Amino acid sequence: MIHLTKLLESLTFTYSTNSKIELLVEYLKKRNIEEKGYTIALLTGNLSFKNIKKSTLLNVLKKELDNYLFEQSYDYVGDLAETVALIWPKKNISKKISLHKIILDLRNSIDVEHTILEYLNNLTSQERWAFIKLILGGLRVGFSSNLVKKSLAIYGNKKINEIENIWNGISPPYQSLFLWLEDKGNYPSIEISKTFSSFMLASSFDTKQIINIKETDEYFFEYKWDGIRVQIVAYEGKTIVYSRSGENITNSFPDIKVNSSKLLVLDGELLVGKNFLPFTFNHLQKRINKKKPSAAQLLALPAFVKVYDILYLNGEDIRNKKLYERRKILENWFSINKNYNLDISKLVKFYSKKKLENLYKKLPFIEGLMIKKKSSQYISGRKKGYWYKWKKDPKYLDAILMYAQRGHGKRSSFYSDYTLGVWSENTVIPIAKAYTGYTDNELNKIDRFIRKNTIAKFGPVREVKKELVVELAFDDAQKSVRHKSGIALRFPRISKIRWDKPASEVMNLEQIKKDLLITLN
Amino acid sequence: MKIRYGENCAKKFQIIKYGERIYIDGIYITLFPAGHILGSAQVLLEKKDYKILVTGDYKTTLDKTSQKFELVKTNTLVTEATFGLPIFCHPRPIEETKKIINSLKSKPHSNHLIGAYSLGKAQRIISLLRELGYSKQIYIHGSMTKINNYYLSKKINLGKYIQVDKNNINSLKGEIILAPPSALKDIWSRKISNKIIGMASGWMNVKQRAKQKLIELPIIISDHADWNELTKTILDTEAEKVLITHGQEECLKYWCKKNGIDAEALNP
Repeated sequence: MIHLTKLLESLTFTYSTNSKIELLVEYLKKRNIEEKGYTIALLTGNLSFKNIKKSTLLNVLKKELDNYLFEQSYDYVGDLAETVALIWPKKNISKKISLHKIILDLRNSIDVEHTILEYLNNLTSQERWAFIKLILGGLRVGFSSNLVKKSLAIYGNKKINEIENIWNGISPPYQSLFLWLEDKGNYPSIEISKTFSSFMLASSFDTKQIINIKETDEYFFEYKWDGIRVQIVAYEGKTIVYSRSGENITNSFPDIKVNSSKLLVLDGELLVGKNFLPFTFNHLQKRINKKKPSAAQLLALPAFVKVYDILYLNGEDIRNKKLYERRKILENWFSINKNYNLDISKLVKFYSKKKLENLYKKLPFIEGLMIKKKSSQYISGRKKGYWYKWKKDPKYLDAILMYAQRGHGKRSSFYSDYTLGVWSENTVIPIAKAYTGYTDNELNKIDRFIRKNTIAKFGPVREVKKELVVELAFDDAQKSVRHKSGIALRFPRISKIRWDKPASEVMNLEQIKKDLLITLN
Repeated sequence: MKIRYGENCAKKFQIIKYGERIYIDGIYITLFPAGHILGSAQVLLEKKDYKILVTGDYKTTLDKTSQKFELVKTNTLVTEATFGLPIFCHPRPIEETKKIINSLKSKPHSNHLIGAYSLGKAQRIISLLRELGYSKQIYIHGSMTKINNYYLSKKINLGKYIQVDKNNINSLKGEIILAPPSALKDIWSRKISNKIIGMASGWMNVKQRAKQKLIELPIIISDHADWNELTKTILDTEAEKVLITHGQEECLKYWCKKNGIDAEALNP
């Protein structure tokens, strides 16, 4: 337990992603196989105790602690594990109880409240903190499942997609995984239905290539939908939805249901909308992080998938077939299986370069075009020359710097996070936040401007004189009731600092809305 | 006070020794060491047989850079409550200081930039580092120099310290550098390369607080009494009434009442 405690503590106070990965890799090198496995389970949120709930722990606390003092302290600290670790009256030195023993004790306990109490009394303050994290989750050490998989890949000198592909089919304490990572065992075999197949990815399209592309008949063109990439796995009447990184997000999207007795795997873009017409990304965002959407949300923001590829059919892996063959299989499947939440992502047809460019300019609601080689097999990762994404050119807008906040990591001493605004009547109101797009040199200069021109401080936030004009690039503009300005910019970033332009010449909000939202209506 | 707040921070100065009883407007006033920082004092007010003790900021933990806290019995106690929550139980300062030494051992090329208040905390950290046998020069932020010199004039051993300035800031490597917390994220600290940022404060006890401030090396050392010191002092002074101020008043009030002591929050 003491090693796990130290790891969690170090992770808490380490802010660079690479250093965090290093910490975990070092830890894995030193610990035994059970400890490794349970730690990985804990970090990825896959460790659970069916016999323990939050209320179980609260019962123990109620009996042992002064309730008023506990409530006040919890309120102050804001983290249950930490509050208990600090307030618990017993002070101990570490008895070096193994993580494995604690987990078995808890799982096999006939009086789990008693077992928890015993441990709280016997662990050190720091171990108590880790212990409660262990039984209730909610780590808050800033380490995502993706980073864990990345660390595992580095630890075992394997490819990350090899880990992603089996991740959903293996369970704690991941013995087969570690044996393979340490070259002591074979690649873990898993139940085929639990497969997540790493996505095939597209590289950015360089417009100079357009000549080659249009003059041959070797490519399919599709819309690039502005949603989230998903993989749908269906078998024996069950449906599982995986996100881009292989997270199981089925619970968030119960509206996606596919009936197939044998394994079927589809690749597509998840959107919300009606009659297969997507609403804006803002709408989708409301559903993305809901673990359990309400009936009202399901009705107002129904999800659907624009499907563009098929990986398995009737239990058969067809990834080795060429794209045009897979496309035919997919179209066939669609013609037989009608589904209210799946739509095939249609191919975009055009007859000349000019027509293509026109079409590209007018794309509404859509991020751009996908260009895929017809002869491509479905290969995990980003294979050059097969799939391209051709993003729409960004739009631009000048805005005025209003507020600034310090960044994180290596930018932590710099004011690098900005709120930008435009004129509305005679005041400036916020229109976007931007954190990227400037060079180190520019950041330095903006930072100096902010420190010299601060007019007020609100905690970590500085308000500055409304003088500095910045050119924002963004992908799209959408109406929004959530924003005071009534407009939401998609992926705003800084494209230029306009040291030369006076703030008074920035366009006002009404005009901007007229210009930008015209395409929306 | 003059070093910290300037020559004109008060109209008139009168020097009083600890334990010396002076008489003003019908009240006897005596100062006792508070153990907070060098020269800090509790104030005892007496009229007829009634005593009121105002602790001010205090701690009972031993500290080589400060006079030892002196327990004074009183009728009414006015106590501080900075750490008036049972979650605050400061670990041993020497153990916490070892964290700096250990981190330096594992990362000998990294500068260890430690946030510490210029008055009191900085000198205490230096003294603790010396106690652990760290004999190298310690770099300090300019705001600490005068205060350090003053401590030195009072025969407090701080070893060799050097002020960080334009000439040396770029070339520091594997050093311990002390700076006030406000300087940690300021332009000043940018020039210090390859650094680990630490902070010496009682608040570092709460991990999420340290995390919010992006602290990599939290050192839990405080010049204020923790919960156990606060409650023990209340009992030891035998006060029948406790007035609580400066901090987390509510929990301490609750604790007093639970222990049969009359208590009120004193909100200035």
